[in-house]
Amino acid sequence: MISPLVLETSVLFLGLCLLLFEAFVPTPTRRNFGLLAIAGLAVVFVLSFFTKTSVQFGGFYVCDGMGLFFKQLALLTTLVVTIMSMEYSSTIQRLVPAEKPGAGLGEFYAIPIFTCAGLMWMASAADFIMIFVSLELVTISFYILVSFLRRSRPSLEAGTKYLILGALSTGILVYGITWIFGVTGETNLAAIREAAAEVGGKNQMALLFGIVLVLIGLGFKIAAAPFQFWVADVYQGAPTPVTAFLSVGSKAAGFIVLLRFLSVFLPIPVVGEKLTFGLSILAFCTLIYGNFAALPQTNLKRLLGYSSIAHAGYLLMAVVALSGPAADAQQAIAFYLAGYLVMTLLSFLVLIIASNQLQGDDISHFNGLGKRSPFLAFAMLVSMMSLAGVPFTVGFFGKFMVFKVALEAHLFWLTAIGIISVGCGFYYYLKVVKAMYWNASNPDAASHFPVAPITRATIFAAIAAVFILGVYPAPILHLLGK
Amino acid sequence: MNILLHLIVLLPLGAAIAVLLGAPARKTSLGASVTALMLTILTIVAYLKTDGGFQFGGGFSVVPEWDLKYFLGVDGLSLAMVLLSTIVTVAAVWVTPKVENGENAFYACLLFIAAGAIGAFLSLDLFFFYAFHELALIPTFILIGVWGSGEKQQAAWRITIYLAIGSIILLAGLIGVYLSFPADLRTFDIPELHRLSKTTAFLPGKWIFPTLLVGFGVLVSLFPFHSWAPKAYASAPAPAAMLHAGVLKKFGLYGMLRIALPMFPLGIQQYDYLILILLIGNILFIGLATIAQKQLDSTLGYSSVMHMGYIYLGIVSMNLTGLNGAALLMFAHGLSIAALFAMSGMIRERTGTLELSDLGGLGKRAPVLMFCFGLATFASIGLPGFGNFAAETMVFFGAFSGGFEANAFAVGSFNFHQIATVVGLWGVVISAVYMLRAYRKIFMGDLVARWAGISDIAATYKIPLVLLIGTLLVSGLYPKGFLQLVGPTLSRLLP
Repeated sequence: MISPLVLETSVLFLGLCLLLFEAFVPTPTRRNFGLLAIAGLAVVFVLSFFTKTSVQFGGFYVCDGMGLFFKQLALLTTLVVTIMSMEYSSTIQRLVPAEKPGAGLGEFYAIPIFTCAGLMWMASAADFIMIFVSLELVTISFYILVSFLRRSRPSLEAGTKYLILGALSTGILVYGITWIFGVTGETNLAAIREAAAEVGGKNQMALLFGIVLVLIGLGFKIAAAPFQFWVADVYQGAPTPVTAFLSVGSKAAGFIVLLRFLSVFLPIPVVGEKLTFGLSILAFCTLIYGNFAALPQTNLKRLLGYSSIAHAGYLLMAVVALSGPAADAQQAIAFYLAGYLVMTLLSFLVLIIASNQLQGDDISHFNGLGKRSPFLAFAMLVSMMSLAGVPFTVGFFGKFMVFKVALEAHLFWLTAIGIISVGCGFYYYLKVVKAMYWNASNPDAASHFPVAPITRATIFAAIAAVFILGVYPAPILHLLGK
Repeated sequence: MNILLHLIVLLPLGAAIAVLLGAPARKTSLGASVTALMLTILTIVAYLKTDGGFQFGGGFSVVPEWDLKYFLGVDGLSLAMVLLSTIVTVAAVWVTPKVENGENAFYACLLFIAAGAIGAFLSLDLFFFYAFHELALIPTFILIGVWGSGEKQQAAWRITIYLAIGSIILLAGLIGVYLSFPADLRTFDIPELHRLSKTTAFLPGKWIFPTLLVGFGVLVSLFPFHSWAPKAYASAPAPAAMLHAGVLKKFGLYGMLRIALPMFPLGIQQYDYLILILLIGNILFIGLATIAQKQLDSTLGYSSVMHMGYIYLGIVSMNLTGLNGAALLMFAHGLSIAALFAMSGMIRERTGTLELSDLGGLGKRAPVLMFCFGLATFASIGLPGFGNFAAETMVFFGAFSGGFEANAFAVGSFNFHQIATVVGLWGVVISAVYMLRAYRKIFMGDLVARWAGISDIAATYKIPLVLLIGTLLVSGLYPKGFLQLVGPTLSRLLP
């Protein structure tokens, strides 16, 4: 059994190595950077199964079962994102100015590794200082990644928007932290839990104010309405692998911080009830906004952006149920995120390969894909079915768990909204299916889709995971039960 | 013995995957569906009928903490439904004409629908009971959207979104059933749920029964949740309509008998009036709407919605006669509507239209088709000799003498059940009007010159029709055989 710190340290080391190689290795071999990054991440991922749970740095860092699970999610996401980046490298070479072809590509592989390190720290952060620092590591590396395509106007626009709104949300988060610190005199979550229980009177209002500010800051990170307005533009403009990373990695990390944060304040009598009420409003808005705004979308990347808001809504349903009698609300959230990871990454993998050849990522570009590339179309079909929540897919099992805990906590109104959302979801996900299978191809559309062996293997693995975990979720539940 | 049931589900499922991967479509599909039918008959022979309980159970645990299992097993009712499913599957695969493009995908979609229906009828676990049914959703969407006719896109969207919302409402209800017990007793095991629901541990919320009623109601196209059905069946390719209208739609009724009746008899009592009013809506309102249809496909679509009313009438009668009638009607209606859709597909293939005013005199060129269509028409109306007659008679007898006694609403000495029965009887007249009219317009009269060149049914396509109509005749002439299978089970389900 190894110490959990080894994981983060080796990921950081991997990132630094890649940067050094970038500086000293001649350009033609740079494509191999991706393979190096994948190999390194895979090793760390395997190591993570032999890690013991522990508390480090005097309570700054807690690696419990849940934290370890989220570290594994982060590693897996980064791994798949790197595979996507390799497929995407031609676009990067086209849209990034460089003296020699391929220059700058190394950074595109190295920066996600640092993001991954940040996500992994976040999964274990048990102190506001630690939360803030790791959150910033993630956010700042995303600022670079989102605007990486320097010749692409949408990418730059996305970068600017993300920078401004990200900085704003960070400001709000820090402001909230200082209020909570002001009331309790602590930054450590465990210490705050003890101090906050004795806060009363006027100070309780101040505490609540701080909590609301932190919640708003986190709301930006997990893309909960009404703090979602950056999502659509940023998702559409960013390089597609980064979009995938944003929608999966950053959301998962946001939720683990939210879970740790709520575990402190939900048990406090009055504060907890108000917090639950606020969360249910957040869930309500997010479900409604995400699903209804997704209905008219015609661009697949944008659609997936709204769908990521919609899924944040389902996750928030389970978050609201945390304070109720449902024992496995936390389990439901973690499982849902794992399922969301698999199906979303699958859809992005197909999106990248297809849009490379189709020169665009509108849904209409996918017309008739079912005939031209049955394999890619089937992979997309599986991910859309899973996102919509068709049984025997992991997406359905996640929804099933969320509805189960929500009903157990008697959240009838929220469940009703959830039912309407599922109906909307079927419409907009099936729009993609319709384009692929019903519509005729554009006559001049590409019909040859080269897929690298490693990408093909990843797609197969993801399809298998969607079905296996949809029928037999025990492996993940077992990991969570540790 | 246990392996048999798993095979009956896995055969069509495995065949669907094999066909997707490139196996010869028609041969594989036919082989798998005929084998599934044989295995079903074998299971019926082996099933101990006098007992009526669940037999041949087998499976494995999926989430032990929630007592969620993949567990298959049968009783008389599910065997009857599986028999219906496998017969209609064989017929639907058999009558599939040459598919222009994407033949493999077409057969795979059909087999997925069949596997979903069979799996739902065989599952003794609430989760898989639900999940199997939804397996049909996306294949139906693709079948109607790609190979459908008429306003196929609109129809495909409507059926998919409608059924998706209906199913998720049902899911909420089923989760509610699961949560109605204290945490340590919760289970998804259906026989265990039946047993526990008779104990004091069962404390269901007031919202659960109405949620189930609406959820199952949408899937059965109970009035006023019916508007997805006629359009979708009219636009769907014939084999898809056969499977959907003949088999899959029975899932909601099966759910009423399997979950609602044994666990929520008080719910049925409480919502007695509402269900009666809705089912009269099915019989009269939809019946009159059917008369107004001008095309054969939409006539059949509406008529399949209308007949659901009788089955509900049998279920709410809450006595064995009515339930026997309901079960037999589910079986017989599935066969007769499948035969009718199969033949409407054949007519469309020959003429390219199902507009009643364009057709006429086809009987002169296609006497066998006319004869078979006539038999299926008589069955659908409920003429003696066919299963539908025996079933409807039992439903009416059951409903007239049945229902809950504390019926405040009464006219003279008739209670509301008896009034509903009398009103429902007019439905038989209504279905005679529209079915016979369709029959006359298509096959009788002078031969329209355009159709002088059409051909009769090819020999090979007679076989599925003989299978469907033959089973209808057997169940009509000797209903006792069927009742011996379902009767003991249904009497167990009664409170």
